[in-house]
Amino acid sequence: MGNTSSMLTQYDIEDVQNHCNNRFSQREIVALYERFCALDRSGKGYISSDEFMSVPEFAVNPLSQRLLAMLEGLNFKEFAGVLSAFSPSATIEEKLSFIFKVYDIRNNGKVSREDIIRVLCDLSGNFLTDEQRQAVVTQALEESGYSKDDSLTPEDFLKVKLKPKCYSWKGRLEDGGGSAR
Amino acid sequence: MKKVTLADEMIDVDSRTGRDASLFQPSKSELNLYQRHVEDLLSDSACKNAELGSLTYPASKLEVAPFHPSEALASVLDISPTLAEAASAIVDDSFTRCFKSNPIEPWNWNIYLFPLWCMGFIVRYGILFPVRLVLLTLGWIIFLGLFLPVHFCIKGNDEIRKPIERGLVEFMCGVFVASWTGVVRYHGPQPSRRAKQVFVANHTSMIDFIVLEQMTSFAVIMQKHPGWVGLLQTTVLESLGCIWFDRTESNDRLVVAQKLKRHVESDDSNPLLIFPEGTCVNNEYCVMFKKGAFELDCAVCPIAIKYNKIFVDAFWNSKKQSFTMHLIQLMTSWAVVCDVWYLEPQTIRKDETPIEFAERVRDMIANRVGIKKVPWDGYLKYYRPSIKLTEKKQQKFANAVLQRLGHSQQQ
Repeated sequence: MGNTSSMLTQYDIEDVQNHCNNRFSQREIVALYERFCALDRSGKGYISSDEFMSVPEFAVNPLSQRLLAMLEGLNFKEFAGVLSAFSPSATIEEKLSFIFKVYDIRNNGKVSREDIIRVLCDLSGNFLTDEQRQAVVTQALEESGYSKDDSLTPEDFLKVKLKPKCYSWKGRLEDGGGSAR
Repeated sequence: MKKVTLADEMIDVDSRTGRDASLFQPSKSELNLYQRHVEDLLSDSACKNAELGSLTYPASKLEVAPFHPSEALASVLDISPTLAEAASAIVDDSFTRCFKSNPIEPWNWNIYLFPLWCMGFIVRYGILFPVRLVLLTLGWIIFLGLFLPVHFCIKGNDEIRKPIERGLVEFMCGVFVASWTGVVRYHGPQPSRRAKQVFVANHTSMIDFIVLEQMTSFAVIMQKHPGWVGLLQTTVLESLGCIWFDRTESNDRLVVAQKLKRHVESDDSNPLLIFPEGTCVNNEYCVMFKKGAFELDCAVCPIAIKYNKIFVDAFWNSKKQSFTMHLIQLMTSWAVVCDVWYLEPQTIRKDETPIEFAERVRDMIANRVGIKKVPWDGYLKYYRPSIKLTEKKQQKFANAVLQRLGHSQQQ
């Protein structure tokens, strides 16, 4: 796997594992670290938003700005911690809590109707009018028994029975980021 | 390396100058092709590519199925497919992999291999490198000593001057190749000098040009470089009929396109060599070809180049090394081994667009050499992807939402 794994000691790996609630295996952490170092081209210890945006698949994602706000400037431990929500072994609560953080851009512990509309706006761009977005969100809230002015809490997210899609990326991480065949 | 977001510029230049002379702007159909390819790639990888492991990502995240009304909020709030896509791009993406220099596995592990490696190191740096350097310098002296007088004194008489200059450049490239002890095997029929033909090849390093030039003097289209390489470009290579472009100049493209056309149509210009990838890729992958070379209304002869990594990785990672360092790395290795295949000339078919033609030729080259194709434009190394790609995703999402809205209103 090259030289980078020698820069991570066993202690470091276990530290990161604990921080991520053991959602990653040790091999996955080593592979993720290699990837972190590859993205952090200037070796500053964190990945800047420019470096994230140089990955075209990430740059074309409609939610890239929101994720950038959550991921830029983090050191490797925090970076792994944030990404642990995507691990197949993460619990539903962890996944929902991540989704909640993406919506709760003002970080006040509540997701209002406007917050939901803002995310919908990111996802749909100019292809939906404001009225259509309002209609969708209001309708969905009312059908689940919430009024227009209610704010959602993380418990509400659980109650609503969101089923986040599980993305199995084990293959990508273990491969060490695509080394030569 | 200027990081300019092309997005706005692209949309403006489209309306101002029109499409016919643009070498480097993706057109609508190119973008469609990219998008289709990305989705193909994601679903392809799910089935075929063992390297990516078990990918259970659905190709279309927007399957609209009838649902219970109280699930409406859940489906509105569920942004996990988009987030998962972004997370997977952060963890690994096919574009960055194209430019990764894979380190060669060290073999000096044990008690007798290590001294052997040390001896090899001493031989390479202490004996081979100086010998090669001397050879290269001698070659340069002979070359310049003959080229400059010929170039300036026989200025009038082109018929004698040009063949001599061509022969001299071929000699110099031979010296270069010898200076890294290059072992190059050429397969297929030698290129012939004819009008209305263009050569395209995959690109790994600037030495691609030297390897090919050794056999036939091509006129190449290259990015203008700074430093001693640039000096070489303007003096020696100019006489071969080489064409320069500057990636950062947007007006340059029209001028260059016109120069290309003129060159191809003239009978006594050297055969034109184009690297349609537009940038150096690591010889494991092949990025999208720019359609400029395929719109010139002439035969396209593909050339496939594969470097054997056995002694050294010939990929020039222009972000990590300067060309001089890259040359030194090559000169202190045992040998540079590579294979060159001259493939059958292709012409555009009646029902093919230039982009489809480019893809067909890319298929030929990638299959010959055994490298993987990715649906990304090599220029994404320097620029951000166009906003249009994001808008495509947004449009798909919006359509699904509208469908759901209409569906639930019916209930």
